[in-house]
Amino acid sequence: MTLYVVRRLGLLLVAIVVTSIIVFLLLRLLPGDLATVIGGTQASPDRIAAIRQELGLDRPLVVQYLDWVGGILHGDFGVSALNGETVTSELGRKLGVSVPLVLASTLLSIVVAVPLGIIAGARHRRADGVGISVVSQLGIAVPSFWAGLILIVVFAVNLDALPAGGFPRNGWGDTTVAVRSLVLPVVTLALAQGAVLLRFVRSATLDVLHQDYIRTARAKGLTRSQALYRHGLRNASLPIISILGVQVASLIAGVVVIERVFNLPGVGQMLVRDIGSRDLEKVQGTVLLIAIIVLVIGFIVDVLHRIADPRLRVVA
Amino acid sequence: MKHVWRSWPGRIGVVLVSILVLGALVSLVWTPYDPTRVVPRDKWLPVSWAHPFGTDGAGKDLLSQVLVGARTTLVVALASVVIAAVLGLSLGILSAITPRYVGESLAHLIDVLIALPTLILALVFLAALGGSIWTVSLAIGLGSAAVLARVVRAEVSRVLTNDYILTAAASGSSTYRTVWRHVIPNIAPTVIVQLSLFAALAVLAEAALSYLGLTQVSTPSWGRMLGTLQETMTVEPRAVVFPGLAVLAATLGFNLLGDGLRDAVDPRLRGRAASVSPTFSSVVDGVDDPALVALPAAPDVRPMDIEVP
Repeated sequence: MTLYVVRRLGLLLVAIVVTSIIVFLLLRLLPGDLATVIGGTQASPDRIAAIRQELGLDRPLVVQYLDWVGGILHGDFGVSALNGETVTSELGRKLGVSVPLVLASTLLSIVVAVPLGIIAGARHRRADGVGISVVSQLGIAVPSFWAGLILIVVFAVNLDALPAGGFPRNGWGDTTVAVRSLVLPVVTLALAQGAVLLRFVRSATLDVLHQDYIRTARAKGLTRSQALYRHGLRNASLPIISILGVQVASLIAGVVVIERVFNLPGVGQMLVRDIGSRDLEKVQGTVLLIAIIVLVIGFIVDVLHRIADPRLRVVA
Repeated sequence: MKHVWRSWPGRIGVVLVSILVLGALVSLVWTPYDPTRVVPRDKWLPVSWAHPFGTDGAGKDLLSQVLVGARTTLVVALASVVIAAVLGLSLGILSAITPRYVGESLAHLIDVLIALPTLILALVFLAALGGSIWTVSLAIGLGSAAVLARVVRAEVSRVLTNDYILTAAASGSSTYRTVWRHVIPNIAPTVIVQLSLFAALAVLAEAALSYLGLTQVSTPSWGRMLGTLQETMTVEPRAVVFPGLAVLAATLGFNLLGDGLRDAVDPRLRGRAASVSPTFSSVVDGVDDPALVALPAAPDVRPMDIEVP
């Protein structure tokens, strides 16, 4: 087990390094570099060259990369070229919106999708099971931002029950308002995530029901639901753990869009804005941070999977 | 195709995708109105025979805009699927048949690429290369290629353990020939199903990117329509319904087509579907849901290498 964790940790580090190289190189593709953005269209070539030198853009790529990575190792994700604020401090503030959004919608999607998925799997030939499957199929195809727009129309415009968007200026200082403004975004994100999760749970349940040990359990006199409850669910939970880890990646992408729909000042909206204004250093730091989060969650999920499934331990 | 038509998901999928293709083709030669013509006195017209989807705040016909938007959706879906197929197949096959260390390095590289969410990757691409539909397709295609490569690697590894691969090698078939004649035909069903699902993801991703306003203004798109209509949503909420439904129908179409293809290409499932009465439940009970193939990490089963010493 320890050996596995150490090996997996090594892979995680390699993956983070490779990701940082990819992100770094991708953003060097930008045609007009940062110096031309800061200098503006009127700047003379001399002025641009001076800015380039000041920012260190005239150094070889390898040096620039090592410099950037060295900063990150000290917790320094760079400084915004446009407003001079450190990326770390701004990210900290934005994460205060995005992280609760991600956590709450993950929780909500689990609470709703897991029981429904088990029902859909266990009763897959009955009307209710089929009904749940059809609804989840639709849920997967609904673009999340459109679902968000519809929710705004119903709950904010027509019923006037919840805010259509925005977040209190003083953040979580105004807790009630902050929570109320996150309700619709959380439900929207959970809807999209839940639909996908439901299909996985359904499939895992169906898979388990066809196993020999369920037949054995039935043969020794357990009812179908007893067999599923005592033997099936534990086994079905394994693939579900893996999927939750994978879903985080798509959830983070979803956040970018949802924050735009509800005009929330989170990481996603910051990223879209920074790309528009070509704030290279910040985009680079933010994208890397997102990738690291996804990779670390992948690592945690893999280790959890090992702990939860004794069979894998024997093989290792 | 006959088999796809046999299941309800397949049937609905074929119909929805055909409508998308038809809409895009028709829009090339005819739309009810000029989708870009501003007619101030026709603004916010309700749904009617003259304007089946109504009009927007500038009096532009929404049906015409949706029809024209179908082109962008279709082009991005097709182009990204082609990119995903070419790259994903080559990477996946290479990582499965090259010597262990090369293959595993490739596999880890693929895993790293998967960790970068496609939409985030696309954002970076759009920033670097501009918002043309080709950039969008490239970014979405690359993201899908990584996922496909992982699936292909697992599938190829499985196929390579079969006796007929050993027989082929023993009878002097080169690695290249074995891959072309024996491996690719055997993994094709899985790949085709996967590609259909990628098309659905591409529709959603394109809509999201253009909704965020990151694609070219000149390219008509459902996502962009929704982004624009959101600004006036408190006045005219009804207008956001149709472009959204269009995205929904296209995504659902490709997803269901994938389901139908899965049932059609997998003979085991076909037998099962045929033995049960053709109700909806009989086709939705496929255990290996194709949407699920892509996501969890495939167990790393190492087959024997196909070169015979």
